[in-house]
Amino acid sequence: MIEIKKLTKQADNKLILRGVDLSIKQGETVAILGPNGAGKSTLLKVLATLIKPTSGHVKINGLNLKKDHIKVKKLFGYLPHSSLLYDHYTPLENLLFFGELYGVKDVENRARQLVKEVGLSFFINEPVKNFSRGMIQRIAIARAIIHEPKIMLLDEPHTGLDQGAITILNNVVLSMKEKGCTTLMVTHDFKQAAEICDRIIIVKNGKIADDFSINNKSLGLVSEKYEALVEGVL
Amino acid sequence: MFRAALTIAKKDIYSELRTKQVLGTMIIFAGLVILVLSFAFDPANNTTKAVIPGAVWIIIVFSGILGLNRSLVSEQRNDTMHGLLVAPMEASSIYLGKFMANFSMILIVEIVAVPFLFLLFDFKVNGSILYFILVLFVGSFGFIAIGTFLAALASNSKSSEMLLPLLLFPMTSPVLIGVTQATKIILTNMEKLPSAIAWLQLVAAYDVIFFVLCFLLIEYVLEV
Repeated sequence: MIEIKKLTKQADNKLILRGVDLSIKQGETVAILGPNGAGKSTLLKVLATLIKPTSGHVKINGLNLKKDHIKVKKLFGYLPHSSLLYDHYTPLENLLFFGELYGVKDVENRARQLVKEVGLSFFINEPVKNFSRGMIQRIAIARAIIHEPKIMLLDEPHTGLDQGAITILNNVVLSMKEKGCTTLMVTHDFKQAAEICDRIIIVKNGKIADDFSINNKSLGLVSEKYEALVEGVL
Repeated sequence: MFRAALTIAKKDIYSELRTKQVLGTMIIFAGLVILVLSFAFDPANNTTKAVIPGAVWIIIVFSGILGLNRSLVSEQRNDTMHGLLVAPMEASSIYLGKFMANFSMILIVEIVAVPFLFLLFDFKVNGSILYFILVLFVGSFGFIAIGTFLAALASNSKSSEMLLPLLLFPMTSPVLIGVTQATKIILTNMEKLPSAIAWLQLVAAYDVIFFVLCFLLIEYVLEV
């Protein structure tokens, strides 16, 4: 599904990604962990086409990220820490706008259905600026999946969320996984990573330091490996 | 591409109708400039009429800058520009959408401000109104095309409000010189119409070249 070969990204004189090689199969839910400044978010932004790589090749679903970027963009839903929503618009207006950009058919029904699914039907005509962080993130989740993406790119999606919003987000990721959606999630939250992911990638100094599968939501294994690699605890 | 651009333009205009922040400020600013000019220059004095063509473009340029700066800076709140960049469209669609919205707003300002200016100065058009509308259209097109691109460039800077005029005035000076000359001829002395048309052709050529350049280069400007 996602093939990354020798990916590098240089900004000014700093090499942020130093030859990343990565292969992700369809339906996998992958957590990308690492310390601040390791290059996790940069890797995600390159995949989201927000940043152009300095060198290397990225293929998504057989499509070249550079040449077929419009087709590639249709495949993924991007959910960063920011909401990407217009404050003065209502949830419905925000979803209609992004739905139209993605060419979603019957966009109004789809938007109404998503607002209902994230539990905000009562606030459908309220401007987003009046919402709490948790409510905004619920609409942001709906925005990211309005076009039923095949790949989800999540950048620290659990930060600042209440328990209800965390549950909704996790349920969305798991239900998308059941539909065959691939998920890449950059996070510092080991508990959530262990909860919903079946593969963990640890990034350190712009390189992949470890790549392993986890079973049985094993938080202990994730913490142990992370501490050994990043913090040098044996 | 055009469909996405239209969706963005529609969104910007709808936002403006909802918040009434930019257009209101632009019209109020234009009104204040006209009012100050009417106090500074005696409308009864015939030499004052010579100031009118310049005054038209002063109003358009300064009120235009207010809208241009706002149109791109507003996309930084909640990183909504990232939302546009990850959507399945070319970066040039974003430019085109923003251009269409800004162009519509400056046309609205012109529709309100220019008759108000003529009324307050008791200015009677001796030339052709149709040519005058054409000059307004061609001049505003070039100003907004370059301005939208430079606003995108300046929006990444912390002092975008200062940077935009510094970049915009030198870049648009050929457009402004051309349209001011053409406006002067068309409003006051129609005998020199061929000269006005030559100025207009120069501005139109500048518009096309810069519109195409901005359209092609916007991808690099908008990169995160």
